[in-house]
Amino acid sequence: MTSAQHLLADEVSVGYGRQVVLDGVTLRIGRGETVGLRGPSGCGKSTLVRVLALLHRPDQGRVSIDGTAVDAVRYAVPVALRTRVAALFQSPRAAADSRLSLIDLIAEPLRATRTPESAVRERVAELADLVGLTADLRSRRPHAVSDGQLQRACLARALVHRPDYLLCDEATAMLDASTQAHVAAVIRDYQRTQRAGVLVITHDQTLLDRWSDRIVDLAATAGARA
Amino acid sequence: MADLAARPPLLQVARSRLRLRPGRAGAVTAGLVLLVAIAGSLLAPLVWPLDQSAVALDQTRLAPSWSHLAGTDDLGRDVAHRAVYGLRVSLLVGAVAALVATVLGGVVGGIAGTLGGRVDRILMRIVDTIAAMPHLLLGIFIVAMLRPSLGAVIASVGLTHWLSTARIVRSELLSLRTRPFIDAAISGGAGRLRVLTRHLLPHVLPRLALATTLMIPHAVWHETALSFLGLGLPPHLASLGNMINDGQGSLLTGAWWASLAPGGVIVVVTLAIAVLAARWRDRLDPRVRAELHL
Repeated sequence: MTSAQHLLADEVSVGYGRQVVLDGVTLRIGRGETVGLRGPSGCGKSTLVRVLALLHRPDQGRVSIDGTAVDAVRYAVPVALRTRVAALFQSPRAAADSRLSLIDLIAEPLRATRTPESAVRERVAELADLVGLTADLRSRRPHAVSDGQLQRACLARALVHRPDYLLCDEATAMLDASTQAHVAAVIRDYQRTQRAGVLVITHDQTLLDRWSDRIVDLAATAGARA
Repeated sequence: MADLAARPPLLQVARSRLRLRPGRAGAVTAGLVLLVAIAGSLLAPLVWPLDQSAVALDQTRLAPSWSHLAGTDDLGRDVAHRAVYGLRVSLLVGAVAALVATVLGGVVGGIAGTLGGRVDRILMRIVDTIAAMPHLLLGIFIVAMLRPSLGAVIASVGLTHWLSTARIVRSELLSLRTRPFIDAAISGGAGRLRVLTRHLLPHVLPRLALATTLMIPHAVWHETALSFLGLGLPPHLASLGNMINDGQGSLLTGAWWASLAPGGVIVVVTLAIAVLAARWRDRLDPRVRAELHL
């Protein structure tokens, strides 16, 4: 691997109270590769995503981006580093601020990082086209669109900073077949053109086989290397 | 006979003519009452000035008549006239005290809910401690310390009613903080301040505004209670509590009307506010019904 271009969870352990969810898990996502992650419900897949997205501090172990260890989480991570990893969550409803229109939802990360408004508008329009949000949907609020349409907006939001790593936590589980295929195609295109590292979590074995370069079984890797 | 039975009841006819659903009829009535009350208390000094300290000892305890709609009290003052001015004071105290309580509760709950951890635990124990004391007693204590005046009454009501607001804001913030959309905002590069102002507060503000509105009738009753106990405004000033208190004496001499007008005004106006606030609450979110028993 060329000069450590990867997102790495190194010997990560996380427990909630007395219950250990992740025990010494190591997972490496290289730039340009798609890693599939599977495992039974409750085995810590979502927790691993939160750790990798720098949203949850592991009890032990650390996360590093391209060889640089990141010791902070959440607000304490420098913005330039934080925006290099994006996450797409299972429930678009829960992941979207119900007060924002889809267009504002996509634009929010750019506005948060003080991007000039003209650049924001251009980038948002480009992404809305990419994920297939028609013009009439863009000004609607989350309650007025379907889960599939909302997940498209969330995908656009995840890509807005051109992250190097994209983590998809069962992001297509709640979608109908055509939306699922479209979302998967957009992510695959993005991964190819940007040489991004993608983590895909899904219970759908067919999708996992078709989509990922290699598959990691979290139940089997607990305490082992992957 | 058959003709009469076939005819729909009068109330139903009225409703269908005015296109009022049962809930809306009450809300429209409440809105009108409140409008009259607010307009009356704002315009009173212009159209019907009152000399607060004037007495007419030749007209004491006159029964309600066309010249004195609600009668006169035992100093010969027109009860209806003074009730309008009493309402003015009560509404002012109610609104300002509710606002003070909301701001205080919002700030305390906001700090506890945003910072969490030890700060949250300390602040909430303080809230619990204050909540453990009877708040009317605490209010009396505050007025007694500050000497009875308009400001003291507002402070007394405001300083004893922010606890529930603090709890609402805190719990709302704590539950919002862990939602995935906040994670998504952080991941997208938003700082603490941006998350607070753009994602957290806008979700809390409607509830806060509602809590304030529901608190106004409660604050009005407190002002009345304090004045009734002689701890509110100076006795010569017209306030609903003062008037009910004065009326007590008249009651024994047969002048039952002296307390009736101020008592009726307070019931009708606070009921109108409560009806409107309850309607707003139900439209906002059925989930908060349980949380907002003020």
